[in-house]
Amino acid sequence: MLRVDISKQLGEFSIEATFTSEGRVTGLFGASGAGKTSLVNMIAGLLRPDRGVIALDGETLDDAAAGVHVPPHRRRIGYVFQDARLFPHLNVRQNLDYGRRMNRLVDDPAQRKRVTDLLDVGNLLDRRPGQLSGGERQRVALGRALLSKPRLLLLDEPLGSLDEGRKVEILPYFVRLRDEANVPMVYVSHDAAEMRQLATQIVMLRNGRVTALGGVKVLTAG
Amino acid sequence: MFELSPAEWTAIQLSLRVATVATLVATPLGIAAAWLLARRDFWGKPVVDAAIHLPLVLPPVVTGYLLLLTFGRRGLVGTWLADHLGIVFAFRWTGAALACGIMSFPLLVRPIRLSIEAVDLRLEQAAATLGAAPWRVFLTVTLPLALPGVLAGMVLGFAKAIGEFGATITFVSNIPGETQTISSAIYSLIQTPDGDAAALRLVAVSIVIAMSAMIASEWFARRATKRLHGN
Repeated sequence: MLRVDISKQLGEFSIEATFTSEGRVTGLFGASGAGKTSLVNMIAGLLRPDRGVIALDGETLDDAAAGVHVPPHRRRIGYVFQDARLFPHLNVRQNLDYGRRMNRLVDDPAQRKRVTDLLDVGNLLDRRPGQLSGGERQRVALGRALLSKPRLLLLDEPLGSLDEGRKVEILPYFVRLRDEANVPMVYVSHDAAEMRQLATQIVMLRNGRVTALGGVKVLTAG
Repeated sequence: MFELSPAEWTAIQLSLRVATVATLVATPLGIAAAWLLARRDFWGKPVVDAAIHLPLVLPPVVTGYLLLLTFGRRGLVGTWLADHLGIVFAFRWTGAALACGIMSFPLLVRPIRLSIEAVDLRLEQAAATLGAAPWRVFLTVTLPLALPGVLAGMVLGFAKAIGEFGATITFVSNIPGETQTISSAIYSLIQTPDGDAAALRLVAVSIVIAMSAMIASEWFARRATKRLHGN
């Protein structure tokens, strides 16, 4: 379970958000500039809230009043960025293996094969990120995050940099991920159609404030 | 005939040894300094930055004299090092390496700093979310991506160290076989009657070394860039 109750001032803009989510896919929905990415960065530990608490499965990750801030590398929270951020000096195989090495996990060929098959990246393993298409890059980034065995997976507009054709091509992988991989996810998007297909619970954000919480029905109400 | 005398060979070998040792010892320190300047904000940063660049703007003879005062036999640090660790810099080739290392340090640091600054912070963030502690982020992402700059800095530092003259001769003098590098050998030769031919031979050698260093650095940089951009 993810519990967020924070506030953060970012220049003129401020975020105040309180919600808890138990769903398999929490959809963080809102227009661009609503503060979705900042909120996700706080959950990942890349940004430190001014006030409040972030807790995951009973473990406090941030508690500003108590001076608690678990650094991102100790959170075991996977993050798929809009711009993939694959390591350009490593090939796909090494990118996929990076999280396992950094977390000193034992090699798990079965898991690797499951993820490679799920995302259809088996034929890309020897390529460099520079030789991949946008959709392929996003699939590798997703695999890389999954193979670090995160407790929670953050997906920040993972389809945002892709054109419509590519989106249709990638979306099924996320649906498969939701149904087959046993990782809770926070899925950020401004696209209501994507949300309807993926999310099991919605947190609607506008101007840094939560304006609605609930099932996918709130998308139509809002 | 282009034939080098044993004395000239000695000077060339000494120069290469001094410059190699200076570069190899200075590189890890240079990487650390470059990273601090590129990625950290701390109190007194402008002073550290200026201190690193000081040898570039000070007259080399001043740097050499300061080294003599500090690391000479009666210098504060020099006495301590000699008494406790048995390390002597004054009038030894190691002193020449120290002088060359300090004189070439700003040239070594600059390209490394620029290349670290050019590494995308967002990649370092991605590495952190994958479980990499800050020092592992540095070793597995920042440093490999900054490698072309590191190599460029090393070559530039090496070339500067090979050619260093003023600080070296002030600090460790001009002793054949111990501290007489190519530069100080040329200096001695042009003050000697009939030294012109030998001086010219050493001039030719230093041109060859400098050119090879530049070509090597270009080659390294091209390879590294190719490696980074995905082919």
